[in-house]
Amino acid sequence: MALQSFFRDSPPLVLEQQHFQALLDALRARGYRLIGPTVQDDAVVYDDVESVDDFPTGWMDTQSGGTYRLESGGGETLFGYTASPQSWKRYLHPPVLELWKALRTNGTYRVASADPPPRLAFIGVRPCELHAIAIQDKVFLHSEFVDPHYQARRDNVFIVAVNCGQAGGTCFCVSMNTGPKAAAGFDLALTEVVDGDLHYFLVEVGSERGADVMRDLPHRPAGEGEIEAADAILTNTAASMGRELDTNGLKELLYRSYESPRWDEVAARCLTCGNCTQVCPTCFCTTIEDVTDLTGSEATRVRKWDSCFTMDFSYIHGGSIRYSAKSRYRQWMTHKLATWVDQFGSFGCVGCGRCITWCPVGIDITEEAQAIRDGSGAAK
Amino acid sequence: MQRDHKPKLAVWKFASCDGCQLSILDCEDELLAVAGEVDIAYFPEATRAVARGPYDVSLVEGSITTEHDAERIHQIRKQSKFLVTIGACATSGGIQALRNFRDVDQLVKAVYATPGYIDTLDKSTPIADHVFVDFQLRGCPVNKYQLVEVLSAYLNGRKPNTPSYSVCVECKQRGTTCVMVAQGTPCMGPVTHAGCNALCPAYNRGCFGCFGPMETPNTAALSAWWQKLGMNAPDIVRAFRTFNAYADAFRKESEVYEHPHHQG
Ligand code: SF4
Ligand code: SF4
Ligand code: SF4
Ligand code: SF4
Repeated sequence: MALQSFFRDSPPLVLEQQHFQALLDALRARGYRLIGPTVQDDAVVYDDVESVDDFPTGWMDTQSGGTYRLESGGGETLFGYTASPQSWKRYLHPPVLELWKALRTNGTYRVASADPPPRLAFIGVRPCELHAIAIQDKVFLHSEFVDPHYQARRDNVFIVAVNCGQAGGTCFCVSMNTGPKAAAGFDLALTEVVDGDLHYFLVEVGSERGADVMRDLPHRPAGEGEIEAADAILTNTAASMGRELDTNGLKELLYRSYESPRWDEVAARCLTCGNCTQVCPTCFCTTIEDVTDLTGSEATRVRKWDSCFTMDFSYIHGGSIRYSAKSRYRQWMTHKLATWVDQFGSFGCVGCGRCITWCPVGIDITEEAQAIRDGSGAAK
Repeated sequence: MQRDHKPKLAVWKFASCDGCQLSILDCEDELLAVAGEVDIAYFPEATRAVARGPYDVSLVEGSITTEHDAERIHQIRKQSKFLVTIGACATSGGIQALRNFRDVDQLVKAVYATPGYIDTLDKSTPIADHVFVDFQLRGCPVNKYQLVEVLSAYLNGRKPNTPSYSVCVECKQRGTTCVMVAQGTPCMGPVTHAGCNALCPAYNRGCFGCFGPMETPNTAALSAWWQKLGMNAPDIVRAFRTFNAYADAFRKESEVYEHPHHQG
């Protein structure tokens, strides 16, 4: 705690763009596998990165409901894109995870344990994503049962956050109080500044591990002007959110609106495909598959992401409880914006906009919430 | 595993391309294990040896297109304790069900030099329209891992893991970037049954719908979105009329766009 506040009080530093590679090298030297933004299949995704050349220099995206387009703007910015198709959830809470395997030999069996997860360094975690990680920490680590698989991954992660120099077309972190500037939960937080010939990162140190890495890199204390330039960028980002969500009394509004006609309206458009829950950085639901081989000498228990949009999700003896699309959409949205508050003490939404962009038919959680709000006064 | 006797397995063919049977032979690594665990009692594609019924498990490929086949499937059902249909033909009528939308007599006259030799039913229908089916495995062709999974599950007395949610769930689990959102490529994934591990989107194509309708397909909403992407009515009809053209949800959606004046 003392260390943390020391770093929070320590003045910001400047890392010149030409030393960004040194940051990657310093992390690798400490045994981390680096995961960062890189261009793949017409999108900026989070995958293995080796050098600064793997970063999406000059790439920018446009996002709206059901649409994402990537374009090269030709600039020098490394972090000029906004939310990626999927979040860091893939790495902390993998979509498919073998939990354990049992092997039968001579009438007895032994359990084989999974390999220990790799030590990962995340480079480019957005402020809303830091909040999403904190929310999943609460779900997996700070509740009655600790998830050992999540913990094994989470304990080792080194986080380089990057504040948002631009807002995406479906972003609404300002409404959710989660961005566009990182406040906590990182080892290092960068703000990228490109101004004429100047290209540098304003660096905030958030942990002893972060400070240790910075000691290896050429850096200097930030000047007044450099701090102001970074602040101005973030102020501009905050003013250009693509979406907005009125959270005033939102939980109570949704609890009052179980019978809103809007659920039927959105159900007519919803494909119940589950994309929204899969891309959401806070959704945590999983299902278990037990798999045996043909000879019955090997049994494997696999955990997979699930979604409240599937029929199996609410299957109990005799059938699924949420058989209508309406009840499934209502479950998703009410969990994100109402029941989550009672369950975990915050919204289950950080305003990243992914569920809007990656919904194949562009269903927009902010628009649906507003429609329910508008309708709740008008209808009886 | 200890058993009193090896279960007897039979593989039957109806109107089909043999692709699903080939998927069985394609299970190279597992084929010896399969042969070790079951007696392959009837499988003309693979062996000439024939053992008489009854059979513990029958895998049925193909759809019913003739009077003779409509009889034969009842004989097979009588001899089979557990009957599994494999592939789009057996589960929904297959690509040959395209004729269900046309006058068969006219088609026969147009295609065959001597139409008199052709003896066929008006419609190509799935096996389940004729006899009780214990388990349906989707796909055109079936996915070999799913096929092994169904056999493993049967042999070990458990439920097979063949989820009926959308292809999108597999697509996201695999980490593929959505081709419909990122490129505007029409994709059947949201209304299609999982099972292929979202193969086509991983190779930059829209899903073709090989596994037929998913559990709760909202085909109308998908078509409406495709129109925004610039697809016209004939293209929408074609998208729904492929290997699973006669599956209820796909058939109805194609009919809406075949007669555009019905559109709302
Ligand atoms: S609900 Fe949507 S906007 Fe909110 S965190 Fe999840 S994906 Fe992002
Ligand atoms: S919204 Fe659905 S998938 Fe997401 S955490 Fe809640 S119940 Fe699970
Ligand atoms: S809201 Fe969109 S992404 Fe979510 S299940 Fe419905 S159609 Fe799919
Ligand atoms: S590419 Fe197709 S299958 Fe994959 S998520 Fe998009 S719509 Fe679904």
